[in-house]
Amino acid sequence: MDVLLHLADGILVALSPINLGLAFLGVVIGLFVGAMPGLGSVNGVAILLPFTFVIQQITGTATSPMIFLAAIYYGAMYGGAISSITLGIPGASTAVATTFDGRPMALKGEAGRALVIAALASFAGGTVANVIFTGAAPLLASVALKFGNPEIFALMLLAFATFVGLGGDDIPKTMISIFFGLIVSAVGFDIISGTPRLLLFDSTVWFSRGIQFLVLAIGVYGIGEMLWTINAYRYDMEMTKAKITLKDVGTSILRFREAWKGTAIGSLLGFFVGILPAAGATPGSLMAYGVSKMTSRDKSKYGRGHPDGISAPESANNSASTGAMLPMMTLGIPGSPTTAVLLAGMVIWGLQPGPRLFTDQPDFVWPLIGSFYVSNAIAVAVNLAFIPVFLWVLRMPFTILAPLIFVLSVVGIYAAYQNIYDVWLMLFFGIGAFLLRILDYPLAPAVLAIVLGPIAEPTLRQSLILSDGNLSIFITRPIAGPITIVAIILILLPLYGMIRRKLKNNGRGGLTV
Amino acid sequence: MRLAELVTAIAIALLSIYLMWKSGEGPSWDPTAERFANIGINIDGRGPGSGFWPFWLSAAMLLSSLAVVVNWARRRTKPSRSDKPYLDYEGKIILAQIGGGLFVFLGLIHFLGYYGAIFLFLVYSIYFLGRHNWRLTLAVSIAVPVFCFFFFDIAMRIVLPKGYLEPLFLPLYDIFL
Repeated sequence: MDVLLHLADGILVALSPINLGLAFLGVVIGLFVGAMPGLGSVNGVAILLPFTFVIQQITGTATSPMIFLAAIYYGAMYGGAISSITLGIPGASTAVATTFDGRPMALKGEAGRALVIAALASFAGGTVANVIFTGAAPLLASVALKFGNPEIFALMLLAFATFVGLGGDDIPKTMISIFFGLIVSAVGFDIISGTPRLLLFDSTVWFSRGIQFLVLAIGVYGIGEMLWTINAYRYDMEMTKAKITLKDVGTSILRFREAWKGTAIGSLLGFFVGILPAAGATPGSLMAYGVSKMTSRDKSKYGRGHPDGISAPESANNSASTGAMLPMMTLGIPGSPTTAVLLAGMVIWGLQPGPRLFTDQPDFVWPLIGSFYVSNAIAVAVNLAFIPVFLWVLRMPFTILAPLIFVLSVVGIYAAYQNIYDVWLMLFFGIGAFLLRILDYPLAPAVLAIVLGPIAEPTLRQSLILSDGNLSIFITRPIAGPITIVAIILILLPLYGMIRRKLKNNGRGGLTV
Repeated sequence: MRLAELVTAIAIALLSIYLMWKSGEGPSWDPTAERFANIGINIDGRGPGSGFWPFWLSAAMLLSSLAVVVNWARRRTKPSRSDKPYLDYEGKIILAQIGGGLFVFLGLIHFLGYYGAIFLFLVYSIYFLGRHNWRLTLAVSIAVPVFCFFFFDIAMRIVLPKGYLEPLFLPLYDIFL
């Protein structure tokens, strides 16, 4: 009952004119960012984070900037479908699975119907996830309150282990990305002993302040990813003209029930996949598509414009984005790069993410949760009402959009830290990210690591002080132990697979010899 | 692509070794501090030293980069099997034009300040790279710095560097601040 009262209060705060306006603005920006190929929720949130300081200055609270950024996140999940359906290029990786059936449906002349299914399925996914989140978050936070340093470090280990075990990328490269992010977060001063360290090239001017999170995040997402997109698509992104009338929208809404099964699968599956660090909305939507197809009676219709083939991934990516918020808000561990940026934002606004947030900052938490419901409703309304407008805006050539994003990145970094060296560093990181991305180095783990580094190191070191340098503390404690063991299993999982394959091959070899 | 995979892995390995070397450094105010004295897990019963975390992370990064080299030798990864060039001709042009443009943009900030540099960068990107007409180019290239000035300098009171163009802005400050 308490939860419902808190939620009602939260929704009321989220409905205040300023917060409502910010949620609306965030959703619109998110829809655009999500729809634009090459830009995803993480680019939008990272590039706009420095600009939220002004929102905090005006409103005097951290809630409003967070509502704004969360609305961008939400909007982007809706927006990805627009370009997947009309352009055939996913607006963001989270909408890759939407192209499988969304594009064929659009090519059959039913682009309007595909867009409506995507919007309504996203709304359903978001709503289901919000309800589960509202119920689960306070419970998880109250359990997490019992966590000490070893438990928190074990959770960090688990977060990184999921990237290694479940990330699906090349393992050594994933690990390099994680280690690099963690090392970058250690540059500057050791916060425990106060000793300067890793002053690279002995430069105090460049490195004594440490390397700020946004420098890496905007370098990767504002510069590196943009260069990569330009290199991959060569500015060659043309919109297929989709003709949509309001009447199409109306009839498609009435026919939405044809896509209920995919919506149900996506909404539930998406949330639970979203909770896992490293998993998030992209694998969530792909899995939902797979399960929906697997359990369907008419599998052959998938890939040719099946309504469930659109509703499953779209409901899943929205549901997963809320799911990813759960560990971020309750444990202080982000489930996706976007939530990593949100977490960093919370730290910058003076909040301490983690389980105490629910008890210490209810004025922040509940309006934010309330805003999930509000933003979800705004997103579906804006999406349905303005589909033709978005299609028009999407025709903005990349040759104008890309330089604008570069300018925003360069200005944003200076506005955040007021140091021109940070801007140069961002450019170096950006070019480096581009060069590594061509060789399939995953970059999201590095961004996650630079956020988690300042939490992971002190918890590890304080745990080791507690145990006189004995690492077994992470195994012997009742809560930390199982988490650490799961993390170790996850890290070893790919190794196990490799050995099994090898044994199998050797077995075959043995028979032939 | 194959050569680039190897060169990158070796570069990361060398970076890791440098970072391990740097992590072992004692504080500059204590010349007697021995290198690598700070990387232990429990130094004098006070837990790990300041170099513990970055040193072992760098060591782990070194091992990971060696694993990339092993995978390269066994042709396990896509880039290590690929015969395609790392960056084709057009890719190199894109990197030179945009990456180079960004370097010049940042360099110009030191002389012309943010607003002058933004204007020139946008003209370069939209007119010369994007091949749009002058009208659109000038509209965007002027609107963006003007918006930035009112947003940052006037509304947020975050003063962006103006380089040698500073005197031009003084009358604007008189009017708006």
